[in-house]
Amino acid sequence: MRGATHAKWAALATAVALAATGCGGGDDSGGGGGADGIVSSSWGDPQNPLEPANTNEVQGGKVLSMIFRGLKEYDPKTGEAKDMLAEKIETTDSTNFTITVKDGWTFSNGEKVTAQSFVDAWNYGAALKNNQKNAYFFGYIEGYDKVHPDKGEATADTLSGLKVTGPQTFTVKLTQKFSTFPDTLGYAAFAPLPKAFFDDHAGWLAKPVGNGPYTIDSYAKGSQMQLKRWDDYPGEDKAQNGGITLKVYTDNNTAYTDLTAGNLDLVDDVPASQLKNVSADLGDRYINTPAGIIQTLSIPFYDPDWNKPGQEKLRQGLSMAIDRNQITETIFQKTRTPAVDWTSPVLGEEGGFKDVCGDFCKYDAAQAKKLVAEGGGIPGGTMKISYNADTGSHKEWVDAVCNSINRALGDNKACVGNPVGTFADYRNQVTTQKLDGPFRAGWQMDYPLIQNFLQPLYYTGASSNDGKYTSADFDKLVNQANAETDIKKAVGLFQQAEEVLRDDMGAIPLWYQNGSAGYSERVENVTLNPFSVPVYNEIKVK
Amino acid sequence: MPEPIEPYEEGRAIAATGAGGATDLALSEAETLEKTPGGPQGTGPDKKARSLWSDAWRDLRRNPVFIISGLVILFLVVISIWPSLIASGDPLDCDLAKAQEGSQPGHPFGFNGQGCDVYTRTVYGARTSLTVGVLATLGVAVLGSVLGGLAGFFGGAWDGVLSRITDVFFAIPVVLGGLVLLSVVTSSTVWPVIGFMVLLGWPQISRIARGSVITAKQNDYVQAARALGASNSRMLLRHITPNALAPVIVVATIALGTYIALEATLSYLGVGLKPPTVSWGIDISSASQYVRNAPHMLLWPAGALAITVLAFIMLGDAVRDALDPKLR
Amino acid sequence: MGRYVIRRLLQMIPVFFGATLLIFLMVNVMGDPIAGLCGDRACDPATAAQLRKEFGLDKPVWQQYLTYMGNVFTGDFGTAFNGQPVTELMAQSFPVTLRLTIVAILFEIVIGISLGVVTGLKRGRPVDTTVLLLTLVVLSVPTFVTGLLVQLLLGVKWGWIKPAVSPEAPFSELIVPGLVLASVSLAYVTRLTRTSIAENKRADYVRTAVAKGLPRRRVISRHLLRNSLIPVVTFIGADIGALMGGAIVTERIFNIHGVGLQLYNGIVRQSTQTVVGFVTILVLIFLLANLLVDLLYAVLDPRIRYA
Repeated sequence: MRGATHAKWAALATAVALAATGCGGGDDSGGGGGADGIVSSSWGDPQNPLEPANTNEVQGGKVLSMIFRGLKEYDPKTGEAKDMLAEKIETTDSTNFTITVKDGWTFSNGEKVTAQSFVDAWNYGAALKNNQKNAYFFGYIEGYDKVHPDKGEATADTLSGLKVTGPQTFTVKLTQKFSTFPDTLGYAAFAPLPKAFFDDHAGWLAKPVGNGPYTIDSYAKGSQMQLKRWDDYPGEDKAQNGGITLKVYTDNNTAYTDLTAGNLDLVDDVPASQLKNVSADLGDRYINTPAGIIQTLSIPFYDPDWNKPGQEKLRQGLSMAIDRNQITETIFQKTRTPAVDWTSPVLGEEGGFKDVCGDFCKYDAAQAKKLVAEGGGIPGGTMKISYNADTGSHKEWVDAVCNSINRALGDNKACVGNPVGTFADYRNQVTTQKLDGPFRAGWQMDYPLIQNFLQPLYYTGASSNDGKYTSADFDKLVNQANAETDIKKAVGLFQQAEEVLRDDMGAIPLWYQNGSAGYSERVENVTLNPFSVPVYNEIKVK
Repeated sequence: MPEPIEPYEEGRAIAATGAGGATDLALSEAETLEKTPGGPQGTGPDKKARSLWSDAWRDLRRNPVFIISGLVILFLVVISIWPSLIASGDPLDCDLAKAQEGSQPGHPFGFNGQGCDVYTRTVYGARTSLTVGVLATLGVAVLGSVLGGLAGFFGGAWDGVLSRITDVFFAIPVVLGGLVLLSVVTSSTVWPVIGFMVLLGWPQISRIARGSVITAKQNDYVQAARALGASNSRMLLRHITPNALAPVIVVATIALGTYIALEATLSYLGVGLKPPTVSWGIDISSASQYVRNAPHMLLWPAGALAITVLAFIMLGDAVRDALDPKLR
Repeated sequence: MGRYVIRRLLQMIPVFFGATLLIFLMVNVMGDPIAGLCGDRACDPATAAQLRKEFGLDKPVWQQYLTYMGNVFTGDFGTAFNGQPVTELMAQSFPVTLRLTIVAILFEIVIGISLGVVTGLKRGRPVDTTVLLLTLVVLSVPTFVTGLLVQLLLGVKWGWIKPAVSPEAPFSELIVPGLVLASVSLAYVTRLTRTSIAENKRADYVRTAVAKGLPRRRVISRHLLRNSLIPVVTFIGADIGALMGGAIVTERIFNIHGVGLQLYNGIVRQSTQTVVGFVTILVLIFLLANLLVDLLYAVLDPRIRYA
């Protein structure tokens, strides 16, 4: 008995020792300086497999922005859609497009980028059986309803609107007029895919291959990805550094702390709570630039209590009870800009950005109180502003918005934050219309067009119209704008639609989100593009 | 014939989950207690019970630790019931213009990130924390002692089934269970949090209760009562419960503090209590983001929480010392 | 002995199935995970339905559970929403958390037991009172507060450690997080050892040993400590499982890519497969650790025999 138990001790000790020596590994933060220097950057674990048409959040988007180049590329500064792989995109009727792909581009595995690379990729992205979350991007292309029916099985494998007409040319037929269609082609979902993607899908997912300025060197899912400069990259926007190491952080506070401790070169989302320390910690190694993101409060129009005639005054009053200046200064340290319309400053004036909201977006406690009373008061006496508590530190600003409303209305019970534990559950409650009060909504543009800020969000029955706002006038103006081939006139019509939205206060605009990033002394020339993704290929290591 | 206590079962009553949520801290303290109640030579249940409790009380009255922690708890109870006695403000009255400001006249603890008065919120937070702690402990104690007591008293198949069920709940890591169960809760009351604590906390008490009931059952006087034809319910109520209760009370007192701390941890993970409820957990977790710039926001609610937890642990300690004749 | 082990193993079977079913039901209460996959917009209904079918979410819960457990016994723990097999996630994260747990347990054993022995022998002296007070302070401050303060002071203000642990998570970087993770249990082990030592100090067999004229060191190490360790070993044994699963807070603060973080991600994304898979393994570890502890009793206390 005694002997046996001693043996057990020994066995236990061996097991522990084995486990202990099982792993290890060195530290690889260095990599030399100059043009071959490696930049380490904060990252979050991508939610979906890294397929272009399946990536709909910024973390996966960071990788795609490095390893893929599409027909168009949005200018990192202006957001303007410029030709990248597109030689030319021609149309006469805004419905049929002929696209010529530039010669001389290859994927990093040597395969040539042809018209077929695009058509295959788009067919893959649109097909229902592939579960691509961005499939709806192909919804304007003829035949989409066959490969991706709303109900039942697909009756076709490929989009009938796509035809390869030569090695480098293909045609696209849309189901409706869409004059700005070419400008949407810079979105990652429209990227070309190599044969390897289809032949060895699992292998491709483990180590994606694309045609961008970087190649993936190693990918340890959930912890880090190492990307190397692709020396034979044919494009002009070659990488200015030796590579990028993306490190996964669960908490962006920790990432920031790591940056200040010198263990990380770039944090592209400085947490609000640390913004006060930025100048002390980083000096001028901090950037804060507008991004195409707007935060709003959606109104539950599907709830009869929130959809009574005359309640536009209530909604306007609530909008005026929010002290946007104070909140963006105190909570966000000016990394948000108080909203004056429902679009984004990155559009620029020609793009349609304009102070449409006027006084309704300015804080005025007395007027707010009056309007809320005229609008019948808050339904039920208390309103809950719902948000998801797991990501994005929404709690601070929701609490601040509620406190602002409570102070303006002189009632500490008028508004209260309602955290929902997980994002999935939050989205569930939004889509199943369980929320009986306003809820937070954040919209990041897919492409820098005013249409993208209005139609998906407020058009009757639109995919992201979660509050179920509906207005015949608004819909009519949007339809007119889409059919208009003159860009300037189209923008004007969209702005008129926006005025309808203002008079109804179909959603309460809060603020435009800036991209904020901090970086270490090792690197320079760090910028964020209008999608608030760092322009990795331009970063230089000292 | 009652099944003899297996050493492993007794030992496992101590199993605790110390990590993260600091839930079951108290468990191990039960170790010494399991041997306590009754004692080998019983001279009669009622007399013994009375003398154990009255001895303990005599001890406690002279114990400074007990007096101090008792007074702290009394103070907390009073301000939980009448917070306005010492705080005149409204904990929901917040002015963002004053966010993160430090101490100033009329606002001794300064303001938090939303510009709410930290002093007022700390005072009002006591009620929530005590409610969570007391109700969760009561729930755990009642459910745990009933299930554990039944398992111990009836033994056999009852014991087998109940003990396996206890194991099932015991095997789920507490913080994890909290994240899963509470993430879907929409109510802003304290009930879901309390309910979760009871659901995953009862095995702790159940094991201790089972152990002490088995010990008590083997005492001569209980065997004698059974031989005299006492009914099951009479035996349970008159003879076994008084003797088996002591360890449960001790562990429960200490556990109370840990439930208060657990509430804060849940808030930190984003699944704890929700506004407009005012709680230390909520305040600590939002202040933890700002600890570099405004440590006072963290200091006061965390201090209040620590003192409360401390008071309950010390009270439990004192009670255990008083109830454990071997340490006298 | 053999029969005892077999009986214990048999008892584990219902507990194992009960615990996995319980966690399966709990995760299912969280509702439909698909809605969270499409960002700030609604998933198109066709894709959502297709995904539900793929992950088996369109079936009734009991059927999902049976299918899942059936797969588990063939070594298939399912796939996370990012397309990664859960077994792969486990292979990445369990070694990391194991290292963290080893560090924590070592702290518990070395510091906890030494402090416990010292205070137990010197009950009532200043050193006893000081340590006792310290343990109370540790016990009353939540782990996440301790962790954040330690990270702020050691990592940021004084620069002694890296504030975040690198993905490889070598032992050297896990010392401080391990101490934070162990802190509460450490305080517990100290108090437990102290009580146990103080109690056994007056036991007959210790008095006999002293009376026999054995050297003090031998009395303490061979007689006193050995018997006093029973409750401590029980606690530490049960703590292994708890530390591994309960490391959520510590791993989050120090960005350690371990089990706790995977579980946290799994819960936030409502990935049943990830959460249930990890918990299944944790439950197994918990059960086996308990069995091991019970077997250790026999080593520490020769009076105990298993039949």
